[in-house]
Amino acid sequence: MSDVCIVGVGIHPFGRTDGLSGLDQGVFAVRQALADAGIDWPQVQFAYGASEAAGNPDTMVDRLGLTGMQFINVRNGCAAGGSALFSAQMAIKSGEFEIGLAVGFDKHPRGAFNALPAEYNLPDWYGEVGQMVTTQFFAAKIMRYMSMFGISQETLGKVAEKAFRNGAHAPHAWRRDPVALEDILAAPLVSDPYTKYMFCSPAEGGVALILASEKKARELGKPLIRLKAATMRTRPPSSFEVFAPSIDVLADDTKPRGTASRIASADAFRLAGIGPGDIDVAQLQDTEAGAEIMHMAENGFCADGEQEKWLAEGHTEIGGALPVNTDGGCLACGEPIGASGLRQVYENVVQLRGDGAGRQVPGAPRTAYSHVYGAPGVSAVTILER
Amino acid sequence: MTGLQNRMGQTWDGSVMKAIAPGLFTDEAEPRLIGGKDRETGRIVFPCPSAATYEPVPLSREGTLWSFTVQRYRPKTPPYAGPDAFAPWVVAYVELPGEVIVEAPLYGAPFEEVKIGMPVRFVPAPLNPEDADSAFVPAFQPIGDAA
Repeated sequence: MSDVCIVGVGIHPFGRTDGLSGLDQGVFAVRQALADAGIDWPQVQFAYGASEAAGNPDTMVDRLGLTGMQFINVRNGCAAGGSALFSAQMAIKSGEFEIGLAVGFDKHPRGAFNALPAEYNLPDWYGEVGQMVTTQFFAAKIMRYMSMFGISQETLGKVAEKAFRNGAHAPHAWRRDPVALEDILAAPLVSDPYTKYMFCSPAEGGVALILASEKKARELGKPLIRLKAATMRTRPPSSFEVFAPSIDVLADDTKPRGTASRIASADAFRLAGIGPGDIDVAQLQDTEAGAEIMHMAENGFCADGEQEKWLAEGHTEIGGALPVNTDGGCLACGEPIGASGLRQVYENVVQLRGDGAGRQVPGAPRTAYSHVYGAPGVSAVTILER
Repeated sequence: MTGLQNRMGQTWDGSVMKAIAPGLFTDEAEPRLIGGKDRETGRIVFPCPSAATYEPVPLSREGTLWSFTVQRYRPKTPPYAGPDAFAPWVVAYVELPGEVIVEAPLYGAPFEEVKIGMPVRFVPAPLNPEDADSAFVPAFQPIGDAA
């Protein structure tokens, strides 16, 4: 079967844009992606749109043109963008369509995410006692991981330091000022062991990707960025997830538990027919600094515990063996849920085209990997190749 | 028999105190959490789901700290119903051996002394220690009381 290709990308800068709705930012990204692909809106045959908190994406046809096209809204937590992309590529692979859009945007209020128990089928008391808080999970997960695999708080600090340094070179990033490691480590704790610089913040932004069949992509004369795999998976038994009032006990609890990320990753590599060692650049969910550390292992790039050495030796820097989160990731860009997973793919397209300027991975990367994770235990992975 | 005292020096008394929700812990002087045992697989979860496929079972009072963090900012209201005057607390995941790992506050331990593996005991505590009528929530405290 021929590949699905990404022929156009667009992004509205992440962060806070007063006066622009989430939908406005999504429309902005779509127009940029259309221009990048060299096509007009009427040529777009279908769309999948993701938004968690900024309204129904299909309402953007009002602004882009009432062509009567198919437009399906996707709501799938933190995997919403990945799910939109997965669905769009399936629509093309099926032969039903030749060219379409995956778009994601969001606009969240300031402060931590404010989930309500009922949305996750949890009893009200769970929220009343103060446990409906995502940061608690992330902190408790890395706390145990650090104790099992000897990861230091300083290594968490290095992840954040790298994020802000990379973000400084990404025009779409929100936090674009480098922060010194000692300032990151000395900042107030939010949820131990994380200081305030080690968590990303809910934010705003929009991303649009135009996908086409290989035949159509050749007609458009664009460089072929092939989507070799796109997977979305849910959690396995006995995993530890966001908003978990209880976790299974295991007879042998000395190994890391299964996760949705491990499943999505293994399946993506199987579909692409390559392995972690073949990847030239990776965008890994870094809701917080420790997530990047744990996701390096969950996605197969290193063994559990090796991250301490990897960070110390700079393997995940722009010029390292496996550059990770080249645009500063969620830490520097913030997390508009509907757009976040698509931002990673946007950044990968930029890297594969060689358009990364100050953050460009050297050596003309050919393969790029993206990974999102979120509540209540969902993950989406893509592998691109040029 | 005298029950275990929580951080306020209180002993659980179901005739005058109220739990934040029914069915979370037993009404004994030394209460126990109530888990839900899957009647087919034997897997235990907390809280006990209402489905008939789960059998309510009292859980062990003592366990060890599986992991934790410190909640250092006041969660948003709603859904948080704790006092406006915020004091950080330890969010604990406690392994009840052979049963289940449960999430609950750990009170009565200085933050710097909290360590994975430390032994802890189930003792319900008021959500708002300043309020005599506060609802009681499932909570743990260190064994060998550091408080």
